[in-house]
Amino acid sequence: MTDKCHPGINLGIRHGEAHQHAEKVMFGFWVFLMSDLVLFGVIFATYVTTVTPMGIAGGPGPADVFDLKSVFIQTMLLLTSSLTFGIATLMLRHEKGIRNIVLWLCVTLGLGLGFLTLELRDFATMFASGAVPSRSGFLSAFFALVPLHGLHVAAGAIWIVVMLAQVAIFGLIPMVKTRLLRLALFWHFLDVIWIAIFSIVYLGGLA
Amino acid sequence: MMGHDTELRRELRRYLIGFALALILTVVPFALVAWGALSFGTALSVIGISAILQGVVQLRFFLDIDLSTQKREDLHLILFTVLLLSIMAAGTIWIMASLANRMIA
Amino acid sequence: MTALLDWGWPLGVFTLEQLPFVRAYNNPTTSELIGAGAASLVVLGGLAVLVILTWFGWWRPLWRNWLTSTDHKRIGIMYIVLSLVMLSRGVIEGALMRTQQATGLNSGFLTPDHFSQLFSTHGTIMIFFVAMPFVAGLINYVMPLQIGARDMSFPVMNQISLGLTAVGAVLVMISLVLGQFSTGGWTAYPPYTGKVFSPGVGPDYWIWSVAIAGIGSTLTGINFAVTIYKERAPGMHLFRMPLFTWTALCAAILLIFALPPLTVSTLMLALDRYLGFHFFTNDLGGNLMNYANLFWLFGHPEVYLLVLPAFGVFSEVIATYSGKRLYGYASLVYATMAISVLSFTVWLHHFFTMGQGANVNIAFGIATMVIAIPTGVKVYDWMATMFRGRIRFSVPMVYATGFLILFVIGGLSGVILANPTIDYQVHNSVFLVAHFHNVLIPGVLYGMLAGYHYWFPKAFGFRLSEGWGYVTATLWIFGFAFTFFPLYVAGLLGMPRRSVSFSDPSFQPLMLIAVFGAVLIMGALAALVVQLFVSIRNRKVLAVPLGDPWNGRTLEWATSSPPPEYNFAIIPTVTSRDMFALDKARGTAFEASQNYKDIVLPKNTAIGMIVSIGGTGLGLALVWQIWWLALVCVTGMLIALIGDTFRKDVHRVIPAADVAREHKEWLKKIADAKPVNRLEEATPHNTGFAAQEDAQ
Ligand code: HEM
Ligand SMILES: [Cu+2]
Repeated sequence: MTDKCHPGINLGIRHGEAHQHAEKVMFGFWVFLMSDLVLFGVIFATYVTTVTPMGIAGGPGPADVFDLKSVFIQTMLLLTSSLTFGIATLMLRHEKGIRNIVLWLCVTLGLGLGFLTLELRDFATMFASGAVPSRSGFLSAFFALVPLHGLHVAAGAIWIVVMLAQVAIFGLIPMVKTRLLRLALFWHFLDVIWIAIFSIVYLGGLA
Repeated sequence: MMGHDTELRRELRRYLIGFALALILTVVPFALVAWGALSFGTALSVIGISAILQGVVQLRFFLDIDLSTQKREDLHLILFTVLLLSIMAAGTIWIMASLANRMIA
Repeated sequence: MTALLDWGWPLGVFTLEQLPFVRAYNNPTTSELIGAGAASLVVLGGLAVLVILTWFGWWRPLWRNWLTSTDHKRIGIMYIVLSLVMLSRGVIEGALMRTQQATGLNSGFLTPDHFSQLFSTHGTIMIFFVAMPFVAGLINYVMPLQIGARDMSFPVMNQISLGLTAVGAVLVMISLVLGQFSTGGWTAYPPYTGKVFSPGVGPDYWIWSVAIAGIGSTLTGINFAVTIYKERAPGMHLFRMPLFTWTALCAAILLIFALPPLTVSTLMLALDRYLGFHFFTNDLGGNLMNYANLFWLFGHPEVYLLVLPAFGVFSEVIATYSGKRLYGYASLVYATMAISVLSFTVWLHHFFTMGQGANVNIAFGIATMVIAIPTGVKVYDWMATMFRGRIRFSVPMVYATGFLILFVIGGLSGVILANPTIDYQVHNSVFLVAHFHNVLIPGVLYGMLAGYHYWFPKAFGFRLSEGWGYVTATLWIFGFAFTFFPLYVAGLLGMPRRSVSFSDPSFQPLMLIAVFGAVLIMGALAALVVQLFVSIRNRKVLAVPLGDPWNGRTLEWATSSPPPEYNFAIIPTVTSRDMFALDKARGTAFEASQNYKDIVLPKNTAIGMIVSIGGTGLGLALVWQIWWLALVCVTGMLIALIGDTFRKDVHRVIPAADVAREHKEWLKKIADAKPVNRLEEATPHNTGFAAQEDAQ
């Protein structure tokens, strides 16, 4: 057995059983994420085909509905949360104690919830101005793609809460450690998807 | 083997470097679009290149993935995804663009 | 939107007029009576199952040994049972359609709407609830045994996948009794399936049965891939894996990457129908071509994920019954991989006529033709395997022969269709129907039936009756030929597919030949049932408990039949391809061990059943817009799934002493047994211990 038994951050040999168990479950989770990536990918491709005069169908276009400043803040929140989750993972890997791990998880959770709040506020503004999904093909695709990412973030947030509960109940048993590792992967993955969203949807739409 | 804390500090530094690079690669395209300084085509290429670079940065610095991993089999599956995704996305856009052109013409 | 938020009537949009009995009473035409008859069959069948289970007191064993089991072998068997049940409905529907068209010169006995429902349910069932579960079931059963594993990587997820697949099948069955299924074909193209043209619940049944089952299939794919990557026995390099496992790996990869576009297209259609989105509508920027594109991004890889495992079965069957090692193993592996990748580059051939430019069509046409090359390589490899072998013409070999001849014809008609200019002439005609049945029946279905016959004794400890097997296989082969070859001709004459009747009398004789073929196929289905029944009755005579009835070459035969729940007392060590054949030749196949170990297995769990019941409830709630029920089901499933992650005590241990005892008992029986040579393979002398007179 080596110190690195799967792609991404490893627990390391000193975690014994948990590290060994991680090889299989982490690989499984990678495969799941790749499937999810394809899911997002085909929605992106479909979205791109709707940012046309035909898809916009005389309704509001990207320049009319996107709020670049809010998107920038959301991007910063999510990027920072990726860093803070990374720190939580390092705390786990280097056995810096439950308190540190919980602290960084809570920071991540806070940033994630901040992101969701801003995103929902943007959606509400769009709705209020009549930019609803039933207005055009473009808005339909927008409201399939971006909220799907938001839904993933919400799921990640719930997952963080569940893991906080499991850390409290079980302590850092192997099962909990490998789950935290998978959650970390998930969270980084959401950030990578967000890069694609702000580049293709927002910046591409406003360029 | 290195001491625990030196290793931690080194890894922490890796994260922070990654964070800084990601920050730059985010701020630059945002700023360019906000100021509207570039033509549509140039802006699009800058956005595209920054996005791809940032993807690589995140994989390299946040997820610690490099090409020297012992677990090659796993990595292959991951790279394979990128191949398939490009086929699907590029194909979709090609097909739909061809259709759109012919409908206007 | 108002209807959506209407919580008044607790059953959503359901009314009594949705019951086929009420419809038939109000309007007693042949079509409605057939509908009511089918609904009664579903209801009576369901009741009969309940009565039988209660009468024989089988509820408890059913629950304990099957429904809550996480054993890949039992899950595999349940998949196949589901598939066979759905097969009988699908075949009957096919025969009904053939009867309609046989009498369809200007009329017939079915209404157009009923006919449309028939081809929609038939297609959906055959693809998603016959072929997919059969493939998933065979892989589930066989693959872990072939790689020397104890179970799948994620046994509980495996159970959940089965549960989700079953939800889809149950929803299609329920649509016979409550309301009506879609009339939009198995592809469900909008805008026809959109709210404007199909305001009823039909497309919603299609959407939710396919979407929910699709999620199950994605999880299955992940499970297969991880199992093959991570659970192989020591020494089993990728290039020592049996060919069936290779095809399972490729099928898994196709599942993982091809199912997402299906999920996306079905859910987008749902958004259009439920929330007024404009993905595929005719107005406000919707674009139905996006649906065609997304659906076939899934659809084409789908057919390869069905046929590759069938190729895998034939590879095993032909090698075993030719008494030789497989010819061109490496070329078969590379061909399989090439087909998997290429299958993602050809989806456009399903909509050549949609209106894109000639360059696009040419590119995809050429890519399609290229797939014929690796497929051709495989055909030559199989023939070379048989060349100078000592071939035993067993039942699976009959299927294999039928496959080799008929599948090549089907493949060639595919190459014809790959030429866009020809496709412009024959697309949407019954030529196409002939083509895809010609690859699906001799390819997928014969492959699955050959696998069923081949591995049945492994799963149950007794062989299937050979006599009835020959009858079944022969009827399938001739039935297929009579049913579908006339359709090539009718298609070239211009008969459109999916048409309830026709006005050109020159189609008439062809339709009559086809209905004769359908009678033979009904006979094949009946013979399949009789074979199972006769074999169970004669199971004492047919018993092969020692595990190796066909002088097999791969590891699944190196354990008793049926195998113990932990598969192998000692995980085998692999040093070559066809490890079991090598071990038998060296005389080291049946040895006791010095150190048996405790074996850890997952405990039974009800989570799969909970997801299955919750999923069915959710599907019905969404179809009938019963929002309170949807809420209850979603919350229930979430609580159950999250709650399940709080279970810590999920394993049980089988003590080493028990393992040792069982293993030694089996070894003793083998030591006492008389080896049987290949000439006596189909006689009662065969107890599953093969003589090594012709080892090579
Ligand atoms: C076993 C005997 C079978 C018979 C008699 C039969 C007959 C038919 C008929 C009459 C149609 C309608 C053709 C038309 O549109 O004009 C049809 C469609 C279809 N069949 Fe079969 N079939 C059989 C087996 C299968 C199998 C094994 C599969 C797949 C594994 C299959 C898949 C399909 C599909 C996908 C369609 C297209 C449905 C649509 O138009 O949306 N069939 N079949
Ligand atoms: Cu195809």
